[in-house]
Amino acid sequence: MAENTENRIPQTMAQKIIAWHCGRQYVNTGELVNAKVDLVLGNDITMPLAIEEFKRIGVDKVFDRDKIAIVPDHFTPNKDIKSAEQCKYIRDFAARQDITNYFEIGKMGIEHALLPEQGIVLPGDLIIGADSHTCTYGALGAASTGMGSTDAAVAMATGTAWFMVPETIKFVYSGSLKKWVTGKDLILYTIGLTGVDGALYMSMEFTGSAISVLSMDSRFAMCNMAIEAGGKFGIIEFDDTTKKYLEGRHTRPYRVFHSDADAGYFKQYDINCDGIELQVSLPHLPSNAANAKDLGNIALDQVVIGSCTNGRMEDLAIAAEIIKGRKVNSRLRTIIIPATQKIYMEAMEKGYLKTFVEAGCAVSTPTCGPCLGGHMGILAEGERSIATTNRNFVGRMGHPKSEVYLSGPAVAAASAIAGRIAVPEEVI
Amino acid sequence: MIIKDKVIKYGSNVDTDVIIPARYLNTSKEDELAVHCFEDLDADFKDKAKTARIIVADDNFGCGSSREHAPIAIKASGIKLIIAKTFARIFFRNAINIGLPVIASAEASENISQGDELEVDLDRGIIKDITTGMSFRINPLPAFIQEIISSGGYVNFTKKKLGTACDCGVNCNKK
Repeated sequence: MAENTENRIPQTMAQKIIAWHCGRQYVNTGELVNAKVDLVLGNDITMPLAIEEFKRIGVDKVFDRDKIAIVPDHFTPNKDIKSAEQCKYIRDFAARQDITNYFEIGKMGIEHALLPEQGIVLPGDLIIGADSHTCTYGALGAASTGMGSTDAAVAMATGTAWFMVPETIKFVYSGSLKKWVTGKDLILYTIGLTGVDGALYMSMEFTGSAISVLSMDSRFAMCNMAIEAGGKFGIIEFDDTTKKYLEGRHTRPYRVFHSDADAGYFKQYDINCDGIELQVSLPHLPSNAANAKDLGNIALDQVVIGSCTNGRMEDLAIAAEIIKGRKVNSRLRTIIIPATQKIYMEAMEKGYLKTFVEAGCAVSTPTCGPCLGGHMGILAEGERSIATTNRNFVGRMGHPKSEVYLSGPAVAAASAIAGRIAVPEEVI
Repeated sequence: MIIKDKVIKYGSNVDTDVIIPARYLNTSKEDELAVHCFEDLDADFKDKAKTARIIVADDNFGCGSSREHAPIAIKASGIKLIIAKTFARIFFRNAINIGLPVIASAEASENISQGDELEVDLDRGIIKDITTGMSFRINPLPAFIQEIISSGGYVNFTKKKLGTACDCGVNCNKK
């Protein structure tokens, strides 16, 4: 892009992506704009409602059958008759509208792991999804955010959505990550600093030398949880890691946007990773981050490794490294859910699934399942789970008097062996 | 539009999982959702909502999931208005899109108590606490958002723009 003209107004990448999708050079923060979207996403919970609203709008066809993704991943494989009916409803709609990116059970994965993997979401895209963790795709340098079913319905009809152009908070990470620390620990630590509404309505731009060397999977985990700080986007600039990830994967050309060095930021956090320990967020807010090694004896009933936050290869590799040759503690259940079929297959080829099953873990087909208290690992009254998921609200994984502790894969795997919250050094 | 009713008061970070737990999201039917509204936060909500139909909350109301089922469950429970110090952004959009009035006001949130009777004039932008005699000004919403609300929600707004609306009324489902 020819950006260095004399009249250039400095902008963040969030502003530039929105401006591009309105056919403009510049948009102001706080401005309300109507912009074209590159993809509209929905799942088995939000899409039925979106389809009902779509029908009310009174258009016959979706704006572009290639720019809609429908992923039945939350209560699937169908957990009960009502869920089956919801899935049937969206399946029929997808068939009738000839939706290109509909993923049936067997091909389905957790939406926010699946769409990047399939090269459907790309740098520079403006994406809305009827799922709050749609902010995940910011890891590719896209402006991507969660909205409701009605917003998805209107976007399916018109190809547009309204946006308030967000301010941006810049998070600059320096230093090196300690052994076992991943993007999940960085984001839990960060939400501990900002609080659950510290980035309300804002774009969270993650940058700095520690991000440059961070894996794609860890970047997805970080951007995934921007919403847990109230953020609209979690965004990371395109670099060589992004480029490599996209090779042989992207389904169409993409456009790269960078923030200007002199762009205006709402606030900046400077975070040195040298001192960041493995994190656990205590019930009942993701912002209750603490050092895992300082937690004392917190006995567990269940461990979940999976979800749109941490069900990727890096997570399974870490879990397998810790669990290999050991047995999970007999007092708890350990449930491992590879996020997509591709990840499932690769974990099988690498022997991780064998490691897990030999250790006494249950390994599941892809599903959001337990993360939102849907199925595949619901907690009883008084039970406690550590999970690599993204929310620990009251009742999130089952009974309103159960508890969820959030962590990355290393603490979850070590805890599975120990039967209580533990760090890897305690079990290997 | 004037809303006159009593207040149910909640604290900070009322999340969408306690507004409508995911275990009930295997339906989008509003009456079924209303049955379980707030059941993990406040077992007495349904009783309270018989006589108090304005919710006043602290920071970050509606944080968490994008489920539109949350404002739908609240609206179908008979709640006419939510006032909070701040709203989570997806919930705020969803409420506006389905025509549930939401007002962000730190001053009102801090000074209004459980059980107070309010008279809220949405057009003139004034919240009057009849119980305490205090008044609070509402910051006007952007014109674009006001147009969505006055159209009766985002779908009706879109129908007008696309020319697919029927002229018999804004809630008509016909073309």
